[in-house]
Amino acid sequence: MLFGLNKKDTRFLIIVVLLTLFTPFLMQPFAETSPLAQFNGGYPDLMAKVAIFGIFAIGFNILFGLTGYLSFGHAAFLGVGSYAAVWMFKLLTLNVFPAVILAVIMSGLLALVIGWISLRRSGIYFSILTLAMAEMAYRLAYSVLTPITNGETGLQLRPHDPRVLDGPGAPQYPNLFGLELNDSYFLRLGDHVFTFNVGYYFCAAFAILAFYVSLRIFRSPFGLMLRAVKANQQRMNYTGLSPRPYTLAAFVISGMYAGLAGGLMAAMDPLAGAERMQWTVGGEVVIMTILGGAGTLMGPVLGAGTIKYLENIFSKINENVLHQWFAFLPDGLENMVVWLIAHFTGEGWALTLGLMFMLVVFFMPGGLVEGGRRIARLWRKRRHGGDGGADGDELHRPARSPHVAE
Amino acid sequence: MSRSRFTRRGVLKSGAVAGAGVALPTIFTAGSASAFTNEPTGATVTFGFNVPQSGPYADEGMDELRAQQLAVEHINGEGDGGMLNTFKSALDGSGVLGKKVVYVTGDTQTKSDAARASAKSMIEKDGAIMINGGSSSGVAVAVQSLCQEAGIIFMAGLTHSNDTTGKDRKANGFRHFFNAYMSGAALAPVLAKAYGTDRRAYHLTADYNWGWTQEESIRAATEALGWETVETVRTPLSTTDFSSYIAPVLNSGADVLILNHYGGNMVNSINQAVQFGLRDKVVNGKNFEIVVPLYSELMAEGAGEAIKGVYGSMNWNWQLDNPGTKAFVKSFGEKYGRPPSNSAHTCYVQTLLYADAVARAGSFNPCAVVEALEDFEFDGMGNGPTLYRGADHQCFKDVLVMKGNENPTNQFDILEIVELTPRAQVEYAPDHPMFAGGDLGKCNSGA
Repeated sequence: MLFGLNKKDTRFLIIVVLLTLFTPFLMQPFAETSPLAQFNGGYPDLMAKVAIFGIFAIGFNILFGLTGYLSFGHAAFLGVGSYAAVWMFKLLTLNVFPAVILAVIMSGLLALVIGWISLRRSGIYFSILTLAMAEMAYRLAYSVLTPITNGETGLQLRPHDPRVLDGPGAPQYPNLFGLELNDSYFLRLGDHVFTFNVGYYFCAAFAILAFYVSLRIFRSPFGLMLRAVKANQQRMNYTGLSPRPYTLAAFVISGMYAGLAGGLMAAMDPLAGAERMQWTVGGEVVIMTILGGAGTLMGPVLGAGTIKYLENIFSKINENVLHQWFAFLPDGLENMVVWLIAHFTGEGWALTLGLMFMLVVFFMPGGLVEGGRRIARLWRKRRHGGDGGADGDELHRPARSPHVAE
Repeated sequence: MSRSRFTRRGVLKSGAVAGAGVALPTIFTAGSASAFTNEPTGATVTFGFNVPQSGPYADEGMDELRAQQLAVEHINGEGDGGMLNTFKSALDGSGVLGKKVVYVTGDTQTKSDAARASAKSMIEKDGAIMINGGSSSGVAVAVQSLCQEAGIIFMAGLTHSNDTTGKDRKANGFRHFFNAYMSGAALAPVLAKAYGTDRRAYHLTADYNWGWTQEESIRAATEALGWETVETVRTPLSTTDFSSYIAPVLNSGADVLILNHYGGNMVNSINQAVQFGLRDKVVNGKNFEIVVPLYSELMAEGAGEAIKGVYGSMNWNWQLDNPGTKAFVKSFGEKYGRPPSNSAHTCYVQTLLYADAVARAGSFNPCAVVEALEDFEFDGMGNGPTLYRGADHQCFKDVLVMKGNENPTNQFDILEIVELTPRAQVEYAPDHPMFAGGDLGKCNSGA
């Protein structure tokens, strides 16, 4: 028992912590000189994005995975978090803590308002209401509220911002008590270069915290109530329990997660643009959660990582790169192969994502996590010998419901 | 076979082989390893071309990319050299400072966030030394400030808002494209000549930063002529049906409609205005007219018949008659089978200007490059004698006033050049009220 977790969960948490700490190695598997270096993703921006969108998706999963309420409006909270953080940078200090705290508070307040209105309905009507709210927030940020949001151009730092808490010698970039978030240390091992970035570890610390809180919520009586909402809301009503306070709490918590993600995004890259509130971003987090596995703990993070990796790495494989890869083929064939593949890379990365999403939904409705589980089961079976390997008893028992952390 | 050699992170690659040996692990910071961000140490130097490859301006982005590829070829001494034959440069066709130019590309999606993410990955992962491209002012401003923070030079692509070199100007950012103020200053005299000085104008303006600065600029320029502004109406960017905005124009007593729209917005609004019969109306005893202050070839193609006889302005057009334009149009046409657009031209020129500035400075250090570009005067790039003003990093050159061709002979001459407004007429002070509030700051080399 550690931090109020049982043994299995503690082991799970430790694995997550280790994975997070060693991300700079895990995402940079290829040597700089190898032709596969194209697929390296271990640079600060991408690593931090995975952590940030991981937080976003973990929070979204508390609402969607547990209560089944599908919100398309979470982009609004992400955006509000970013704006709040940048305003703190402009007015108070470039230290990231006040910014992140205000981001969480502001998005929590907005979530309270939007949730209070939207949760009067459920199912598709709830989804549409949240979508409408987010679209409204986007329009407001894009033009109506330009004095606050700086409209299309986005809110950014300027040299003559007041920053009342910062002295004359203070750093000019978002920092952690003087340690600037864009500082990096590099480790060179032979041909490998690994990047350790202050900002990434800052985001990673929050991601671990977010993960831990989510783990506790999943295991808590409160989490059980949320699951009850998903399982059968009517039955819950008949037993005399009102689901509203529970769903509203879940909505606000997931809104605050989104605000935290927004604040961290602003800390990594001090600019808040209205696009962050567009419904496509709200849709993206839905896809992340479902792709990874809704209702599981690890799924949303996996989904977020997969999508961000595809978006940043696949979109850069342009025709020139392909021509280089397939240069060994005869010219005509080379052009044909490149033409074919080019539709799935470069600007066509979204097509690859779409195909992958379809395959996952068709064949692994539980998302990537289910895929991993299946492989693990297969492997376990094989190790126990024979393909009918399960001991006879196993076949006559109801299937064990999988541990939610797996 | 393969069209160009393409390496990632030539910097670290060669550094790793030369510097650290094979086995010894070393820890270092960015500052200690090089004198400035992404200092090229290998045989190549990497440019980052950040253009919209998806979203509303994808066509413009593809055209920019074509021009950028062409520029890289010419710098590396391949192809016919294009404008390097007409522009007196320090480049000798062997790359830049003896290093062959390679490039990486990214998709801005015409969204500030996506554009910054792809610029960041070019800088952090691929070791790009310069970022060029883009097709919207919001993106240009966002990427420009990112480059300032990272210590990279930003050579803006198509961006027309006054803010890019006005209140959002940055020491590491340079704009070759013209701006809304220049459009107003160039258009106004032509409009006065064609339509008289006692017109009543009605503005429909795309409701975001660029639209507002253009409305402000055009309004100021036309009011100085004696025109009256009847009404300015903001239309949301996502509008596709403008009929509810156009109907009130008929009863407003206005006799000119000014469309501060770009891209798809403009194609829809002008077509609907023409369908409403605006151009057949006679108001106040004068023919009703429509003006589109910022034109692009791709927009003109989309608008079709509706733009015949409509005035607008452009940064450059392939029909110009000067050696630089001819050389560029020839090599672009031979390679891609079509004339370049004005956004393609600006990206091509910006890439060459950057390479030339490095060659003249003798260093890739951003601060040396900034110094080389500031107050640089050049010619032979298709716009006549041009100045890169040091005070705000804006290029000053002649501006083209265009008109929809009444009798186009093919899909590429839908627009015709009416007048070449001389540079002196579009110049303004760096602290002009429409550009005030900006601060270049100090150049950042990332060291």
